Amino acid sequence: MSWQMVLGFEVHVELATASKMFCGCPADHFGKPPNSQTCPVCLGLPGALPVPNAKAIEWCIKLGLALDCRVNLFSKFDRKNYFYPDLPKGYQISQYDLPFCHHGQVVLSNGKTIRITRVHMEEDTGKLQHATVDGKKVSLIDFNRSGVPLVEIVTEPDFDNTADAIEYLKEIHSLVRFLGISSADMEKGTMRLEANISVRPSGQTALPDYKVEVKNVNSFRFIKKAIEFEVARQIKLLESGTRPLQETRGFSESRGETVSQRTKEEAKDYRYFPEPDIPPFRFTQTQVGDWQKQLPLLPAGIRAELISRGILPAKAAQVASDPGRYHMFTKLTQSGFDTVKAVDIINNIPPDISNDLDKIIIWAKSKSATGTTNPAQLRVLAQKVIAANPKVITDIKSGKTQALFFLIGQMRREFPDLDVPSAQSLLKDLVG
Amino acid sequence: MTKSLSDLTIFAARTGLTSRAFSSFDLVTACLDRIKQLNPEFHAFLALNDSALTEAKAADLKISAGEDLPLLGVPIAVKDNFLTQGIVTTAASKVLDNYLPQYDATVVKKMKNAGAIVLGKTNMDAWAHGSSTETSDFGPTLNPWNSNYLPGGSSGGSASAVAAGMCPAAIGSETAGSIRQPAAWCGVTGFKPTYGRASRYGVIAMASSTDSPGPITKTVADARLLAGVLAGPDPLDATSSPRPAEEILAPGPDLKHLKIGLPASYLLPQMRSDVKQLILDAALQFEKLGATVTEISLLDPKYSIGVYTIIQRSEVSSNLARFDGIRYGHDRSAFGPEAKRRIMLGTFALSSGYYDRYYHKAEQVRTLVIRDFARAFTDVDLIIGPTSPGPALPVGASLNQPMFGEMEDILVEPSSIAGLTGINVPCGFVDSLPIGLQIIGPQFGEAVVLSAAAAYQNSTPWHEHVPVL
Ligand SMILES: [Zn+2]
Repeated sequence: MSWQMVLGFEVHVELATASKMFCGCPADHFGKPPNSQTCPVCLGLPGALPVPNAKAIEWCIKLGLALDCRVNLFSKFDRKNYFYPDLPKGYQISQYDLPFCHHGQVVLSNGKTIRITRVHMEEDTGKLQHATVDGKKVSLIDFNRSGVPLVEIVTEPDFDNTADAIEYLKEIHSLVRFLGISSADMEKGTMRLEANISVRPSGQTALPDYKVEVKNVNSFRFIKKAIEFEVARQIKLLESGTRPLQETRGFSESRGETVSQRTKEEAKDYRYFPEPDIPPFRFTQTQVGDWQKQLPLLPAGIRAELISRGILPAKAAQVASDPGRYHMFTKLTQSGFDTVKAVDIINNIPPDISNDLDKIIIWAKSKSATGTTNPAQLRVLAQKVIAANPKVITDIKSGKTQALFFLIGQMRREFPDLDVPSAQSLLKDLVG
Repeated sequence: MTKSLSDLTIFAARTGLTSRAFSSFDLVTACLDRIKQLNPEFHAFLALNDSALTEAKAADLKISAGEDLPLLGVPIAVKDNFLTQGIVTTAASKVLDNYLPQYDATVVKKMKNAGAIVLGKTNMDAWAHGSSTETSDFGPTLNPWNSNYLPGGSSGGSASAVAAGMCPAAIGSETAGSIRQPAAWCGVTGFKPTYGRASRYGVIAMASSTDSPGPITKTVADARLLAGVLAGPDPLDATSSPRPAEEILAPGPDLKHLKIGLPASYLLPQMRSDVKQLILDAALQFEKLGATVTEISLLDPKYSIGVYTIIQRSEVSSNLARFDGIRYGHDRSAFGPEAKRRIMLGTFALSSGYYDRYYHKAEQVRTLVIRDFARAFTDVDLIIGPTSPGPALPVGASLNQPMFGEMEDILVEPSSIAGLTGINVPCGFVDSLPIGLQIIGPQFGEAVVLSAAAAYQNSTPWHEHVPVL
């Protein structure tokens, strides 16, 4: 029997707003001394009330718009009730039945559409640290992360292979970074991947009656490994006649295996209800339209633009994968490199200078001096050739335009891969 | 008992302070003396502010310097579910028996900014879960009119303290009757502003969607003054209204132009005829003052009991989840039986599969109650009725009665779940116990409610009666 994987994702992205979701504490918590960025609200002290961060909501909705979502003009927060020591209120403020955004899509390079179920806003939890203090094993709680704005992007179980999955995850990663709303750094946990994995017989359309959630995987490489491992594990179980357990599994990087963390045969009851401390939101079509207009040029648009200028899709994707790269690309084109050259340079930058735009430009120019053209150098060369051939210039001026090709030939001695049409127009300009 | 400065109203106290008839130090001393004398019996205060006298001296300096603030030098008691920085705040629960807040509730801060001195913290039903103050984990408060009777609740400590003259005024909080019902049972004025009019920041949450801070005072004039201080938008409370506090202080319309409705359904069948008569007398008094009083129909208040019970229990189960045994020094076994019962009921009502049947349905009925009032307020400006079905009940009445509060608050729950404003004013006595009249106004109709209540109070003697202690 042949099997087919059924895969969907929940991706969490921590927003890089100045303050937390419901209080004024700084949202940037990485590497700060424990509990140094807390207040009554994010500590969940008695009497403290949440006041929503308008910027975070705007960014969440912009991400939804970038994912082609519909926006709920009437939306609200809900309480998700559960007990965990890192959750100081005993509930997480999240969104249940009216997420800010829903019904979006991402179109992959192979034309396949991945449906986005929802994009909603919630708050992050604190962090537990297990330590030994005075010889005693204790769990310490750091609330710096408590209340940091978190966006969750949920897909339908639309993936049947890991290549599509990784392309999707990379797309989310770059989208978020192009929007400038998160560092999306998986090492630091500002982007977290969660895969829902199950397996069904090929050809079956109904979803399997179980799914395994694989959490806490912090790189694209590892999530690919985790999915592959998990699919193989499940197929093996199914072939031996056992239905895999509905459970949450982690990923052991050293063993390259998923490991069971907690089984949850029944759906957990979070007793959602509308957050009474925050009035519901009413957005207008105009407001949403304005946010849509404010979206920057995004990876899909950049790829389409580059492809239309003759760049190969794979190369275009590389330029559009990261806002830094794209920024360099635009700087290079502004410094005179044409699209093809700029793309070529971008995709071949030596790693030791990859962060320094000035060095890259110098490097790119030196590179073109030894083989590739650069408009400034081309101009110098053209002037040199014109000065050395006064008779040919007179011929051209008297109407013998073919004489222009003599000059082009001269230039080609120096620059063998010279772009003929651009040299031709340059010479015409200079000769007048 | 001889008259004391602590028997004064806020207005009288301010007059005496500004004319230097006495000092804030004298006033606070008088309050502390009265508390020392009566608190062992009535147990209205759970804690006193150790620095009240020091703060009084500071206020006296400001008064001498000519500073003029609405509450300068006036000691005010604060219900123990309002956080007070540096003064233990327990919400009358052993779970928080030594909790020292790191910040002041917004209304406490506003009160202090207006020059008031926090006198101490008053007893209440633990977590405000009740209408008797008998469920306090630290023992019940008693009614100054008769110590065999309950003061009502949950702001029973505040109402008892004001009625017994332990302080000029107090602040309480109402979720469904918790200001108006104890004010009725203790024969004082209790004012519930519109939901959102006064900030909930720093109030230990009970039912977030109805909690409203408000004053308990000896007169309507004091309630108006104090409410004007407590109200106003708060950037720390997303549910607080942006409307300015000054609206409360606006002069109300002439009573001659007022149409007042008396809902037939609020004169409950089981109600004593002498209680009903006092309400009809009050209606007559309004007519004498020039208002038109008509009988109106409102939804039977019994529906509000169901709505309130579901919503309140659900919100409680979530609001108390933060007391998870990890912080605050006690595990969850420190919760009293009433809190446990409410947590269980709320948890059940929100459980998957039951949400639609209970919480969702309750919200739908709540919308009907809101619409019912909106319809009524197209015909009348105010609604009057009894605050409570009868006078105070004897000590022990709430024991083993899980629905005690709901039955006693039946007449104030509808306006609470609709987020309206309302006031209790004393309107007579039965069996030597006070009876309260409630006046309900539409959302943000405080000025109309207060002016009508003041007109009624100024033409009746009931608020001048004080218990013999
Ligand atoms: Zn904070």
